Amino acid sequence: MNKNKEQLLNKRYKAEKRFRLYGQSAIFMALLFLTVFIFKIFSTGYSAFQKTWLIVPVTFDAELMMLEQNPSKEDIQDADYYDIALKSMADLDPNANEDQENELKRMVSYFFEKEIKNELLNDPSLIGKTKEVYLTASDDLDQVFKGNYPRDLPEDQRRVSDYQLKIFDQLVANGKVESKFNISFFTNADSREAELAGIASSFMGSIFSILVCLMIAFPVAVLAAIYLEEFAPKNRFTDFIEVNINNLAAVPSIVFGLLGLGVLLAIFQLPRSTPLVGGITLSLMTLPTIIIAARASLKAVPPSIREAALAMGASRMQTTMHHTVPLSMPGTLSGTIIGLAQALGETAPLILIGMVAFVNTIPGSPMDPAASLPVQIYIWAESAERGFVEKVSACIMVLLGFLITMNLFAQIIRHKFEKKWS
Amino acid sequence: MIKIKAKDVDVFYGKKQALFNISLDIEENQVTALIGPSGCGKSTFLRCLNRMNDVIDICSVKGKILINDFNINDKSCDVVRLREKIGMVFQKPNPFPKTLYENVSYGPTIHGMAQSKQEMDEIVETSLKKAALWKEVKDRLHEPGTGLSGGQQQRLCIARAISVRPEVILMDEPCSALDPIATAQIEELIDELKKEHTIIIVTHSMAQAARVSQHTGFFHLGQLIEHGSTDKIFKNPDNTKTQDYITGRFG
Repeated sequence: MNKNKEQLLNKRYKAEKRFRLYGQSAIFMALLFLTVFIFKIFSTGYSAFQKTWLIVPVTFDAELMMLEQNPSKEDIQDADYYDIALKSMADLDPNANEDQENELKRMVSYFFEKEIKNELLNDPSLIGKTKEVYLTASDDLDQVFKGNYPRDLPEDQRRVSDYQLKIFDQLVANGKVESKFNISFFTNADSREAELAGIASSFMGSIFSILVCLMIAFPVAVLAAIYLEEFAPKNRFTDFIEVNINNLAAVPSIVFGLLGLGVLLAIFQLPRSTPLVGGITLSLMTLPTIIIAARASLKAVPPSIREAALAMGASRMQTTMHHTVPLSMPGTLSGTIIGLAQALGETAPLILIGMVAFVNTIPGSPMDPAASLPVQIYIWAESAERGFVEKVSACIMVLLGFLITMNLFAQIIRHKFEKKWS
Repeated sequence: MIKIKAKDVDVFYGKKQALFNISLDIEENQVTALIGPSGCGKSTFLRCLNRMNDVIDICSVKGKILINDFNINDKSCDVVRLREKIGMVFQKPNPFPKTLYENVSYGPTIHGMAQSKQEMDEIVETSLKKAALWKEVKDRLHEPGTGLSGGQQQRLCIARAISVRPEVILMDEPCSALDPIATAQIEELIDELKKEHTIIIVTHSMAQAARVSQHTGFFHLGQLIEHGSTDKIFKNPDNTKTQDYITGRFG
């Protein structure tokens, strides 16, 4: 009998041990996946924050630029830079034939002419002189310099020719290749050229979309939640509404995208690809999330506070506005931020309403065409060029940073402003 | 003088009847205690007097309750005006999570009782003095009310209730969450308050009823079994159930 009991006890201890082990291994697995994921993103993405520059001596030859003596600012603006740009690249190898000169030109970005022009605009006294100018390396050489490019491929499978590599290696040996922090990744809009593509357009697009979403979803959701929680009679009809709000929260986001496409674009003729339409579509998605969060935090306000206010002769409206709503605000706000963070990461509905279009301008208002960060990730991930691989990861890092900041903010609001009930 | 006259009051929660045919007169400027076992309907009756039962959707009240000869269950009765005249103190101290000052000034503010900041300061001071809390808190009026001890919080709630000079104060087991010292302070306070206010107190403690009240009503299973002067109820009750309850044989 006694032995039996001991066995039973042992069994129980073992079962508990096993159960703990299951839990620990589950957490370990989750952490492992997360670590692998983050490591992968960081290891591919970090190099996008560096940009490779070629330092090339440029002679600002007035004749080649078709500039008169003592040119005005406008003259410099309108001057012809193509020839001096071409010449300075060709001069890298004095023995180059015509084909090779062409290859030399392609070692820098498409906009090298503009970079040379900006140099002169900043300092007009350079006319007639020679100066070493920083030119953006082409995306392929950028990848070569970062060590992401397989140099041992046969030449016909490479986008960089042996000749270009030879010249590049010479430049590296002479210290004429430099890696600097990639500011243009944050200040440029999207571009077909990987070395010039940046997230400014999609970042602003995301911000505008989120603002539009906030301005629509927050007031509507909070008013709906207050009405449902504090004023609406509890009957079948309100139960029905409640069930449907919960259902709405579970609707796949692409359905909202179709709604945006069919209603906002087709019927109301709002401009395509704009954060305005994106924001409205996202607000439909965020609405139920905020309503649920706001109702939960209204419910969490102890009834004794409502009774206290009512017993003082406050009307229902005063009770709600003076006491219940202010007390529920921290919860509502952090729910809102979490809803917005969800919307921020949403891709499918934005693709449907056309925010996937190639936009190479930075939007100045919600009415201008723009992309958004997750859609930008999608666009770049689709691009074949090697230079976009690191951009995808870098963009994910920016988006994750954005999301983490928002969630952190939600946590801070929750902890700092939540009242403790005695 | 009779302040409140309840006549044939029935209360229903949905289909379930909670109070049966209650008729009770309450004297002005005296303390009336309502006693009885848990669930007997004494709190429900108390909440009828300032129409707090309105908050509960399924609750319906029938019968007349006359306060100053005006039926508060009449449609023409405005609950906001009513609750300005009938204050309430709850079982668990429930100060607003705001400062002490805001707690006390809330009622006067919403009812527009002060024309200036100075007047409001005066109202807050007198209310806190009447609630015997002024000395303890005068230096920290702008600290949160929830930071006080339980007994102080309850006195703050009393100060809040009397800030609008109600004619009647309803107290729903105001001491049940307090220690004996705080209880004694509140009881002393009740004795003081009855000079200006009519007080109705629901209590589980028979000793408390005997100490503070002049009149007592005994409720059982939704019925008012017996009521009369406290002396009579405790020394020489007419009904055997009352006798059994106050001697501790049931309940």
